[in-house]
Amino acid sequence: MDLLRFSTAGSVDDGKSTLIGRLLYDTKTIFEDQLDHVEQTSRRRGDAETNLALLTDGLRAEREQGITIDVAYRYFATPRRKFIIADTPGHVQYTRNMVTGASTANLALVLVDARKGLLEQSRRHAFIASLLRIPHVVVCVNKMDLVDWSEQRYEEIVADFKAFATKLEIPDISFIPVSALRGDNVVDKSTNMSWYGGTPLLYHLEHVHIASDRNLVDVRFPVQWVIRPHSSEHHDYRGYAGQVAGGTFHPGDEVVVLPSGMTTTIRGIDTYDGPVDEAFPPMSVTLLLDDDLDISRGDMICRVNNHATASQELEALVCWMIDKPLAPRSMYAIKHTTRSARAMVTDLRYQIDINSLHRDESATSLGLNDIGRVSLKTTQPLLHDAYSRNRMTGSFILIDEATNNTVGAGMLLGDRT
Amino acid sequence: MPSYELSHLRALEAEAVHIMREVAAERERPVLLFSGGKDSIVMLRLAEKAFRPARFPFPIMHIDTGHNFPEALEFRDRKVAELGERLIVASVQASIDTGRAVEETGPRASRNRLQTVTLLDAIAEHEFDAAFGGARRDEERARAKERVFSHRDEFGQWDPKNQRPELWSLYNGRVRKGEHLRVFPLSNWTELDVWQYIRAEDIEIPSLYYAHEREVFRRDGMLYAVNEFLPLQDGEEPFMAKVRFRTVGDMTGTASVESSAATVDDVIAEVAAARITERGATRGDDRFSDAAMEDRKKEGYF
Repeated sequence: MDLLRFSTAGSVDDGKSTLIGRLLYDTKTIFEDQLDHVEQTSRRRGDAETNLALLTDGLRAEREQGITIDVAYRYFATPRRKFIIADTPGHVQYTRNMVTGASTANLALVLVDARKGLLEQSRRHAFIASLLRIPHVVVCVNKMDLVDWSEQRYEEIVADFKAFATKLEIPDISFIPVSALRGDNVVDKSTNMSWYGGTPLLYHLEHVHIASDRNLVDVRFPVQWVIRPHSSEHHDYRGYAGQVAGGTFHPGDEVVVLPSGMTTTIRGIDTYDGPVDEAFPPMSVTLLLDDDLDISRGDMICRVNNHATASQELEALVCWMIDKPLAPRSMYAIKHTTRSARAMVTDLRYQIDINSLHRDESATSLGLNDIGRVSLKTTQPLLHDAYSRNRMTGSFILIDEATNNTVGAGMLLGDRT
Repeated sequence: MPSYELSHLRALEAEAVHIMREVAAERERPVLLFSGGKDSIVMLRLAEKAFRPARFPFPIMHIDTGHNFPEALEFRDRKVAELGERLIVASVQASIDTGRAVEETGPRASRNRLQTVTLLDAIAEHEFDAAFGGARRDEERARAKERVFSHRDEFGQWDPKNQRPELWSLYNGRVRKGEHLRVFPLSNWTELDVWQYIRAEDIEIPSLYYAHEREVFRRDGMLYAVNEFLPLQDGEEPFMAKVRFRTVGDMTGTASVESSAATVDDVIAEVAAARITERGATRGDDRFSDAAMEDRKKEGYF
């Protein structure tokens, strides 16, 4: 049994909560006390039917206002897989929450209302999935019961979406006609849409192949913590602990340590449960090296002929997350892999309209929820790859040094163009 | 060609170990909060995974209400001795004796809320700037919204509407002096994951978690252990039953469920079939209001 993380985004009316509720209910994940509670609250509020959104709306303010503000994480499992849902609100003023939910997702579930067709909101979700490099997108054409289970309507929407998706970079898109309310093609195959030859949503979620989404080619190990026991039993032990961010590691591999450029050989891969022959992402392990080098947190262990780029001048797409705008010449703390430095935004190249994908090169600042391309200069070299190549070594956050708040989420582009 | 697949338990473990190491690297004075419950016992194993063969780069701290199950205390002391780590016990009774906290009165009196005073005082006294907790997002709705690295201001308060965005596995570990972080490495684990991990790792947990004969009484539809801290009310009759605890907290606030699950496998089968959440089934402290946990967390609760 492995783990699939997927993101959803949507607002009150598009059936997202009903769909999630259906998945949770049909996999026996909603507990009786939770359902009782939601039913009672729905009645008290005067909702026409049991409002499954109340399951995910965990904060008082959300329940009072009847809106989802923050990312909610929900969990369910089938005998094949454990699932983590990052459930986010869909309106443009919550773009930052959608970006947050998408950052860890293997798959994005995009909802389209069959009556309304491809609206701005569905396009926005697909764009964010593409921007955050979610490898798999499933488009659920929902409310098929309200268009008389029409194959023609479904095919129109599929064609519209495919046309839009040519502007995006999504390696794998699937389409499923569903009725979340009636349960058609959610867990069980619909008997109302015999023309649909594919699988129901849950089957798709259980079987989509995610193992090869990880980068198993570019060997990357950001050193997180140095283990030095200082005990007589382990007097000479010096282990470099961290989480594998790319490639596979084996004892005997020749490696280079960045930024110093020194080379050495992996003597062993240690874990609490004993040595292992191989480490791959996202395992947390401890590397033992042949030579006693000066290696500390923030350094990166790579292969001699394939290593991360070390640079202080970087290009990135940034999603801005606070009210106070990002303006050129501003300084922030930056956290990238296990390395912290300071960064100056030297240039704002353009802002992207996340609905039209239009690039506005006249933009002079980025406000809350805006996404734009910036140039950065950092106080130390960042040991990085393009985000499109590796999400772990291509992502960073910006932190306001006065408030310590996380203010921006960044995705590094390749070499300066 | 190997599949390079990691099971869900190993993926959750790798994430939790990464989180613990981030805290150790970025904070000067972390502490691991230990309750004696299964989640905090799993946390000890994860700390071993993260830092052995070295010692933990932080002490373990128990907020002792004085109303503990004796089995849980015995287990705590034995476990800490086995690990060879440092234990700090912060006592709610001491907070009451010094006037920092005021004992509740009446039949429903509980020291649950008072723990917050003791906890925040201990964090201030030892100048801890990060405290690991074993809370999970599947436990309760307010927790479902909380960050893995959850900021607390100088009053120990959580501000749910003003949380730091948390993306990828890039955690923001920065705090000002006097503030601290609560860090929840088990955020993405479910009750079933914890039990499956206990089985996979062969982790010993207190006998309270397995079915045993115990004298109990029924209150609010829940079965509480008969004990000196919970005086029986009119109409409450003690009786013997075969029960186990799904959570282990304070004796005044934690109820048991009828069960015949005597082994880890039995418990996993029972949890997989359970139709009521563990807190809904057994925690009187969560029943005060729609937002009982949110309110307590804002005050600085676990």
